[in-house]
Amino acid sequence: MTVIDAARSVRSRSRLDPALVASIVAALLFLAAAIVPGALAPYPPTALALDGALEGPSLAHPFGTDQIGRDLLSRVIFGTRESLLIGFGAAGIAIVAAVVLGSLAALGGRVVSAIVGRLIEVVFAFPILLLALLLVSILGPSAWTQVVAVGVSTAPGYARMVRGQILSAKNAGYVEAARALGHEPWRILRNHVLPNAIRPLVAVFAMALGQSIVWASGLSFLGLGVAPPSSEWGALLDAGRAFILQAPWLTFIPGLIIVVFALAATTIGTRIQRSLEKGE
Amino acid sequence: MTLTSSTETTAPAGIARAARGGRRLVLRLVGAVVVLWGAATAAFLAQIALPGDRATAIFNIRAGQAQERTPEELAPIVDAFGLADPVFLQYLHYIGGLLRGDLGTSYQQFRPVWDLIGEQLAATLTLTLAGIALSWILMVGWVTLTAGRGGRFRNVGAAVDTVAAALPPYWLGILLLLVFALWLGWFPVMGGSGLVGILLPALTLAIPLAGFMGQSVRAEYERTLDQPFVLSARMRGMGDLSVRLRHVLRHASLPAVTLTGWALGATISGAVIVEQIYSRPGIGKTLVSAVGAQDLPVVTGVVVLVAALYVVANLLVDIAYTLIDSRLKTS
Amino acid sequence: MTIVELQHATEAQSVGSALTVRGLDVGFARDGRMRDVVRGVSFSLEPGRCVAIVGESGSGKSVTARTLAGLTGHGAQVRADEISLGDSDLTAIGEREWRGIRGRRIGFIQQDALVSLDPLRPVGREIEEALRLHGWRSRSGRRRKAIDLLDAVGVPDPVRRAAQRPHELSGGLRQRALIASAIALDPEIVIADEPTTALDVTVQAQVLAQLEAAKERGTSILLISHDLSVVAQIADEILVMRGGEIVEQGAAEQVLGSPQHAYTRRLIDAVPGSRTRGERLAPQDRETPNLHLPRPESADRDGAVLEVRGVSKRFAGATAVDGVSFTLHRGETLGIVGESGSGKSTTARIALALETADEGEVRLLGRTWSGVPERDRRALRPRIGVVYQDPLSSFDPRWSVGRILADAIPADAGLSRSERDQRVVDLLAQVSLPAETRGRPPLRLSGGQRQRVAIARALATSPDVIVLDEAVSALDVSVQAQILDLLVDLQNEYGLSYLFISHDLGVIHHLSDRVLVMTGGRVVEEGDADRIFRAPEHPYTQALIRSLPTPV
Repeated sequence: MTVIDAARSVRSRSRLDPALVASIVAALLFLAAAIVPGALAPYPPTALALDGALEGPSLAHPFGTDQIGRDLLSRVIFGTRESLLIGFGAAGIAIVAAVVLGSLAALGGRVVSAIVGRLIEVVFAFPILLLALLLVSILGPSAWTQVVAVGVSTAPGYARMVRGQILSAKNAGYVEAARALGHEPWRILRNHVLPNAIRPLVAVFAMALGQSIVWASGLSFLGLGVAPPSSEWGALLDAGRAFILQAPWLTFIPGLIIVVFALAATTIGTRIQRSLEKGE
Repeated sequence: MTLTSSTETTAPAGIARAARGGRRLVLRLVGAVVVLWGAATAAFLAQIALPGDRATAIFNIRAGQAQERTPEELAPIVDAFGLADPVFLQYLHYIGGLLRGDLGTSYQQFRPVWDLIGEQLAATLTLTLAGIALSWILMVGWVTLTAGRGGRFRNVGAAVDTVAAALPPYWLGILLLLVFALWLGWFPVMGGSGLVGILLPALTLAIPLAGFMGQSVRAEYERTLDQPFVLSARMRGMGDLSVRLRHVLRHASLPAVTLTGWALGATISGAVIVEQIYSRPGIGKTLVSAVGAQDLPVVTGVVVLVAALYVVANLLVDIAYTLIDSRLKTS
Repeated sequence: MTIVELQHATEAQSVGSALTVRGLDVGFARDGRMRDVVRGVSFSLEPGRCVAIVGESGSGKSVTARTLAGLTGHGAQVRADEISLGDSDLTAIGEREWRGIRGRRIGFIQQDALVSLDPLRPVGREIEEALRLHGWRSRSGRRRKAIDLLDAVGVPDPVRRAAQRPHELSGGLRQRALIASAIALDPEIVIADEPTTALDVTVQAQVLAQLEAAKERGTSILLISHDLSVVAQIADEILVMRGGEIVEQGAAEQVLGSPQHAYTRRLIDAVPGSRTRGERLAPQDRETPNLHLPRPESADRDGAVLEVRGVSKRFAGATAVDGVSFTLHRGETLGIVGESGSGKSTTARIALALETADEGEVRLLGRTWSGVPERDRRALRPRIGVVYQDPLSSFDPRWSVGRILADAIPADAGLSRSERDQRVVDLLAQVSLPAETRGRPPLRLSGGQRQRVAIARALATSPDVIVLDEAVSALDVSVQAQILDLLVDLQNEYGLSYLFISHDLGVIHHLSDRVLVMTGGRVVEEGDADRIFRAPEHPYTQALIRSLPTPV
């Protein structure tokens, strides 16, 4: 089933609920901000205005300004591209690793699946942040490290899901029925196991995207990610932390943007998955 | 395809059951040791993996500058950290040290890692446990009240779960701080001790965890509400709230019990962030600066400690689970 | 008053009250509209009598039962001219009063104690709960009473049993514990909703005995069931419901002996058993061509199609199958009957080579079937088909009926695309399903339709043998009748051999030529169907036949 079919099925069977509409609108806005930030932002991100520093949200500056007078809205818009890239990168690494590991654990021979399965379980047991911190301390803080660290540390969770899905497809009644009909294993794998196992991955990727940005921003918040003067959302959080008492919007609003993004991604993902499940 | 078989317990079957339970416990212990060993090995590999020459890196971290160093300058470091030994020997040395409780020596300072983090671990653990306890209270209350009721209630309940679970601690913490400490003034902004000081940080940890656990528990709750034995209880004259608390809760919280073991690890990492926001004592600050300086022994020391805690927590959770659901004992 | 008169007076008072229902209507709000689920039900239940409501799924009988205890469900609207229990008007009371009535004046028994009692709590506590809710304050008093109740329903060693959880008790014992919890407070009325469904025949008999005992004590019983033979045993009056309405109502002997309504007659005719052997259970509805693809050797080989010799299988220390041997001949139906845990399903799976036996051998159509690598077996698999109890789980959830059937047609049949499609239509016609079924997903079919699709799929490979594992157990009586007729028709047309697994003695008796009786993994008796049911030799078989409710 292609992405187009998926999109079509979502549209066709929607009694479109407000959450989904809001999520799609938000997603489109984010995409626009990433692709053509200049068209959307009211000010260039580096425009200083020291006399207008630390102003609260107003008509001229809907998100307020920071300590050297930069408009926060513009900074957020310009930071979208970097945040999204980091998020996509990390999610991509995580999903690819998850699919490979999960498939090995579910379909590999006895030894392979046992080892990989155990590996997944053990690493999954680990708090994601600690794992990411460990990787950052080896590789040194930077944007690339962020991508790798978040990708690798979130991968085991998704690998577990992939493995679980493949296993439940493998053990399903229709697989045994196909065996009873005399079908060959590769045919069963191709016609039944893989298609049924892959389906939920759409939602998982959307979830991964949302989660990756959250984790990556977490690393930035601790000062371990992208360096200033980047306007990546997590970096904005970190920068605003020093002024939390005088200018709370500097941390609150970037955080809100991150949350909105994560929610939108997850909502769209679960809706697509639900409509795929309702059947073709 | 078969109908469930009925089992009649007799003496030999009881003994066999106990033997199986004992075997499972041993297997669990072995698994726990494997996890610990895995974490220790990973920690060691991480230290080895530091790019470049380790002695130079350590020296540079201490000195605060990155440049080439002469062998004479590096000699004391090589000695102190045993870097001249073959890798395998270093590994054994490391594992041996762990068993003795020695987590290594910090690259940045000359002190043992344990000294650096041991004293602050208690504060972080307290916060973590408070967060988990609070999350259970929130989750149980919320799900009991909103699960399995008609349309509106249910959707709101589930939506709240999803949103709560998605809230990053760094944002939620700031939000709570803004609302309750700065704006309403009910709580102190920084520091604060005892119950009052710990409430907001614990809440920051508790809300996302409650949302996350709530999702599984809610699903199980609603499934259980449809079960025949719940109808039986109602038919005995039991009221709705009683049914929910006395019968359904026990079943529905089983997934949460399992999740709690995992939650310990997730909450500790959340605590690291929360400590930064509320300026609380704990290993957070030490950890973050260690990561920034690439002071590996400190980071890996925390990793190994957390692994140990995690393993213990999961063993306890397993025991709790089999106590609640005795069906597992006979399976 | 003399002492004797006083005694009489109290005796008269302790006799229960009558339940009177007149003009009961129940509707559910769904998708914004009101759907009537029960219409105009009226009956009265006297003390010490049993009224049975009989019907298939969707008839409204369960809703009626739950409404009489005030637990109709979400979004329900209940209207009645009268519902009264003795002097109490049940239409006008609130939830709190209902809580006082449930358990104390009205008891409720459901099917299968394994799920009707809290699996995480000891059965004694479940019984004590009923007591606690109605004023028994002393914990030790409750405990003692619970043990007494278990003893009264015939549970041996009640002190130990009370501390055990439902899954630790055998089927019969936990069913008794369930009954004990329902009658703990000696209610005037006991509503039993499908109390014997999914139970082994011997347990079923125990449950009915308990209900009879309660009846003799003066309790009234409202029995809800789809099983006419169970109803025949204890009902004094029978109500037949269909589509929410009562279609026939009257004394039990009269409704069962000389039914007036056509639906009642159909229901009674549809029950398989000794009297229906060789006859149709449902009206004829098939006119289909013979579509079996001819196979080279199947023409006139008589004799054994499936041979099983000394087969055993162990699972994790427990023996599931122990030294089982039998032969299935061409064109015959061999029924394997046994209770749960008897090993009959495992035997079926070994016969299908979906499970490998630890010992023994299986031969299919004269060729080695067990103990060879799967690769060698695959070519022979189209000759043996299988139909499961729950067809839905054996269908790929993404596929339509047409795709499921087309996928089952062997590739080497050399059919073109349009020929394949035609064959799918023909297969559907063989099981009396219209051609447009092939576009629908199995989820949107009824249970009977799904089972027909499953049978069509099994036929797609033109098999010689079909293994049916509890294939009709989950179906309503009338649907079951149609499927059984279909199976017989197909067998007659194509010379199929059936290995039919079931726990339902009536179905086995109706369908089988020969019967195997299994228990504890062993075959205890084997022989002609009639002989086994008429003159069983093995004590287990005798006990099994004895616990059969009287045939309708």
